[in-house]
Amino acid sequence: GKFVNDLSICRASPIQLISSNIEVAKPGKVPGGKTEIPFEFPLQAKGNKMLYETYHGVFVNIQYTLRCDMRRPLLAKDLSKTCEFMLHCQPQKSKVQPTPVDFTITPETLQNVKERTSLPKFVIRGHLDATNCVITQPLTGELVVESSEVAIKSIELQLVRVETCGCAEGYARDATEIQNIQIAEGDVCHGLPIPIYMVFPRLFTCPTLETTNFKVEFEVNVVIVLHDDHLITENFPLKLCRV
Amino acid sequence: MGSVYSPNSCPNFPTRFHSIALYSVFFRHARVRKYGAELQRCRLDAVPVDLGDYHPLKPITVTDSRSRRGGRKGSTSSSSSSSSSVAPDPLSSMLEGTDPLSLFAAASASETPTLSHSKNEEEVGADFEPWSAKRGEILARFTTTEKLSINLFMGSDKTSSPSSAVSEKVRTRLEELDDLEEGSQRELLNLSQQDYVNRIEELNQSLKEAWSSDQKVKALKIVIQCSKLLSDTSVIQFYPSKFVLITDILDTFGRLVYERIWSMCSDPRPIPDSFSVEDVNDTAKETCLNWFFKIASIRELIPRLYVEAAILKCNRFLNKTGIQETLPRLTAMIRGIGDPLVAVYARAYLCRVGMEVAPHLKDSLNKNFFDLLASFRQIHGDTVQNQLVIQRVEIPVYLTLYSPAIHWILQCVAYRAPDVLLTEMMERCKKLGNNALLLNSVMWAFRPEFVAARATDFIGMIKDCDEAGFPKHLLFGSLGRSLACADPPESERLPILNEAWKVITKVRSPQDYINCAEIWVEFTCRHFTKREVNTVLADIIKHMTPDRAFEDAYPQLQSVMKKILTYFHNFSVLFSMEKFLPFLDMFQKDSVRVEVCKSIMEVFIKHQQEPTRDPVILNALLHVCKTMHDSVNALTVEDEKRSLALLINGFIRMVSFGRDFEQQLSFCVEARATFCNLEPVIIQLIHTVNQLAMETRRVMGGSHSRKTAAFVRACAAYSFITIPSLTSIFSRLHLYLLSGQVALANQCLSQADAFLKAAVSVLPEVPRTISVEGKQRSSEAFLLDFINSFLSTLLVVPDHPEQGVLYLVRGLLNMVQDYTWEDNSDAKVRVYISALPLLAAMSQESYLYTIPKVDSNETLYGGDPKFVAEISRLCETLIGQVLDHLKTLGREEGVRRQGSLAFSLFSTLLAHGDLRNNKLNQLAVNLWNLSHKNGHCDTRTSVSLSPTYTFSYKLLNDFHP
Repeated sequence: GKFVNDLSICRASPIQLISSNIEVAKPGKVPGGKTEIPFEFPLQAKGNKMLYETYHGVFVNIQYTLRCDMRRPLLAKDLSKTCEFMLHCQPQKSKVQPTPVDFTITPETLQNVKERTSLPKFVIRGHLDATNCVITQPLTGELVVESSEVAIKSIELQLVRVETCGCAEGYARDATEIQNIQIAEGDVCHGLPIPIYMVFPRLFTCPTLETTNFKVEFEVNVVIVLHDDHLITENFPLKLCRV
Repeated sequence: MGSVYSPNSCPNFPTRFHSIALYSVFFRHARVRKYGAELQRCRLDAVPVDLGDYHPLKPITVTDSRSRRGGRKGSTSSSSSSSSSVAPDPLSSMLEGTDPLSLFAAASASETPTLSHSKNEEEVGADFEPWSAKRGEILARFTTTEKLSINLFMGSDKTSSPSSAVSEKVRTRLEELDDLEEGSQRELLNLSQQDYVNRIEELNQSLKEAWSSDQKVKALKIVIQCSKLLSDTSVIQFYPSKFVLITDILDTFGRLVYERIWSMCSDPRPIPDSFSVEDVNDTAKETCLNWFFKIASIRELIPRLYVEAAILKCNRFLNKTGIQETLPRLTAMIRGIGDPLVAVYARAYLCRVGMEVAPHLKDSLNKNFFDLLASFRQIHGDTVQNQLVIQRVEIPVYLTLYSPAIHWILQCVAYRAPDVLLTEMMERCKKLGNNALLLNSVMWAFRPEFVAARATDFIGMIKDCDEAGFPKHLLFGSLGRSLACADPPESERLPILNEAWKVITKVRSPQDYINCAEIWVEFTCRHFTKREVNTVLADIIKHMTPDRAFEDAYPQLQSVMKKILTYFHNFSVLFSMEKFLPFLDMFQKDSVRVEVCKSIMEVFIKHQQEPTRDPVILNALLHVCKTMHDSVNALTVEDEKRSLALLINGFIRMVSFGRDFEQQLSFCVEARATFCNLEPVIIQLIHTVNQLAMETRRVMGGSHSRKTAAFVRACAAYSFITIPSLTSIFSRLHLYLLSGQVALANQCLSQADAFLKAAVSVLPEVPRTISVEGKQRSSEAFLLDFINSFLSTLLVVPDHPEQGVLYLVRGLLNMVQDYTWEDNSDAKVRVYISALPLLAAMSQESYLYTIPKVDSNETLYGGDPKFVAEISRLCETLIGQVLDHLKTLGREEGVRRQGSLAFSLFSTLLAHGDLRNNKLNQLAVNLWNLSHKNGHCDTRTSVSLSPTYTFSYKLLNDFHP
């Protein structure tokens, strides 16, 4: 068997993190019928490299594959089969500081506003229970619409992944929405706390990753759509980890 | 008729038999009977049974048929203990479930609950009205004529979501969940309500198809699309029905997912219903978790909420606390729904699923209710008001849309809840403004006893409600519903009724009025007298008469009638209610009218204990019965006629004028005219009149005065002219015979003669086949039965002085001879054989039975040899005929019949002939041999002859080969 790893950054050539080769069967005849050959090997990174969790992104791809070659005598072609396997890291930390965050959104707290006076008045308060999140646990919190001149159309949680990678030309940054969850629809009751709750999607999230060459980070946006189609967004960076 | 009995017809009876001599000898020797002595001899000896002895009729005591549950048990054993004296009737003890079938039934009934549930206190009992009971009601009530639309694609989502650079992969994945079929947008506009229902049903079907063809993702898509429809509140008056339709689909989905995962755990053997997390294998857990992950990523709030609620039960596969953690989270999630109507129905669905999966988790139910209260003001908010203006829906109509959901939530909350909690909830409702809607549901859903005890308070609260909001008659309706099954304190009852009726009577719309009044009739009937009920009826008539409003309210009016009949069983009280008959007159549609009349008669028959002559009752019921009778026409089906006749007969049986027999007869005359189209009623009337004659005889001690004699003749005349109007031939025959017997018993000889003659003259009309319960059956058996019973009556009928000897017997036999019997039938000969015992009995000096004060032939002829000779002559002819017939049978394939007939003639000879006569003896022996010749005779039957003639049997044994 052969064991290969690819890491491609900025269309740069893949970086190999790991490579090992073991012989699972000695030369000889394979008896007729089904033959199962057990094997195992330790996952050991090359040199000073580190092993990262399997991850498929836009710019960053961390993939582990397993290739099995079967050499055959003259007149018969060699056989080969490749398959991907997933790598989950050992828990990084045993305990995470949740670092909750409180927020208040009013016209005054907003940035990037051209005409602040044309904005309808509103007060929205809330909190996130944690910005340091365990990837297997949902993101939780609460949000209260205390007042709003214009009726609310929808409140959504937008989970965004940010990939950054540096290479010869400088560095590239790409933000991708990976999940959008609506937590309120219509003109919700004022003063009544609405739960913030989002499960991290399994295939599209991984622990926050920072290496010398690239970064994979996550953010959540609380998006409030007003009935007059005003869109209010509040951004919260998250740190995901495995416990 | 006369020709049949003319002496000339007698010689017609065949006499061409050649061996007469032998048989005439035989029948001169009809065995002399001493009936009294025989009776003494034949009586069984009474042997006292010891308590310890086995005896089949002894009471059977059953050991534990009910106390133990499950398994096959409950052996029946004849108890030998002294307790056996308690239940003297073995049949009644059989009825208590000792037979094996009811034992099985009882066992399986007791096993079912233990199979499906583990803990009793966690179950929802039969006292909880299930959702299935509400479904139909909601679908029927919330309908619309507006056009509906189904949008199975939320196209606007894509553009509004502020995604900057969604990767292709992610995009497809998100779309996958949104589209039913790749890239398709299906918007169905302008659907009528029925179209809409059909479309939803199609979706339900395609869900099942997708599931069964293993397209799980497609199934999920369908469910998501369906739940999305619940966020759409256009055509708002249809929303409750839409909710019902779509949650049906969700229920289906939830069941499919649960069963799928459950079956994954069933390898190698099924897991018990009360499984724990440890019983679930990893594959099943992983699959289950996948479902939850998929659902958690549904973008929109409402589908995410509904679909997760639908598979709530699946949490059992993952961990112990899953359900109790999920329920509060979903409850809180509903706060995100802005539209109060959509939110309240989502709460109702969550409560419904919660009650089903984890009824012990009361906190979530309560939380739902308190959240509902907290967001209650939304209902009166601007967003809702604007929507109502656009849709042109009025506030009271809009508010009633909430009722099914709030009723349901409160029903779940109130189920087995302590009074303290209910009181607290009621107090909280009180504090809210515009709370009529809640108040209504509280009265509807809380225990009736709870409501009834506070009825006066509730009335106060109803009065305080805003006039413009929730309709007050609905509030009173809900209160009335509770009071119909639970009683308020006695002192408050009259004030409650007065207060309620004050409001009800002011309701303008007849439909609203009757809906409410109908409910309160129950309370009125339950606690008050005919005076109050009469007042209520008067009020109903007043409201429902203008513009013939009653035409649209038959179901409610029928229900009013039903309630009155439930509480008033005394018909003289009922009919003395001044407004009762005018109320009955409001049922003007024929079919409804007959239904109502039927229900009145059913109650009368069930509850009237004593016969009555009360003119009020008689007049009223005669009117009711006439209505039923007059509804019969050519198109009326047999079953309907039968049930109507049954009811009318029940009435006729209950009419008695006591000693005033003439009055009774004239009632029957009137009834005959009134009910002429229902044959069973006419038959009943004839029976009644016959009974009347017999009653007269009993009162007179058997000797009629001139007056009573005339009266019983009048009775006979009534029957005589009534019977021919019947179409059923056997009814006619039996009634002629019966009336003849009654006439005879009353010493009306010529009338009796006329009846019996009439019966004989009708005989040739008997068709070969008759219809019995809709099937064509041969009439032969019925005819033979009748003839036998007719023959036994003839023993006591004295010969008419102007007619020949035995003219009725001969007339009957002539008819029998001329009748076209079925081919290959022995019926005729069987009649001949049965006539022999009659003739033997007639030749006795003293008859087996006679009628007091009527001289039978025994007295008339006093054993005159000419009379005896005439009997012998008849016997000869009969036996000749029988032997003739036996011969023909010998020639054909009829040996089996020959044997059987020979044996029956043999038994008759044995019983009624004097076998000491040699020739007779010889004939009997020949018959015995003939009957055994072909081995078709059952020896057991032939040996188990009655002890009366065992001695003859012994005599015969000497001749036996």
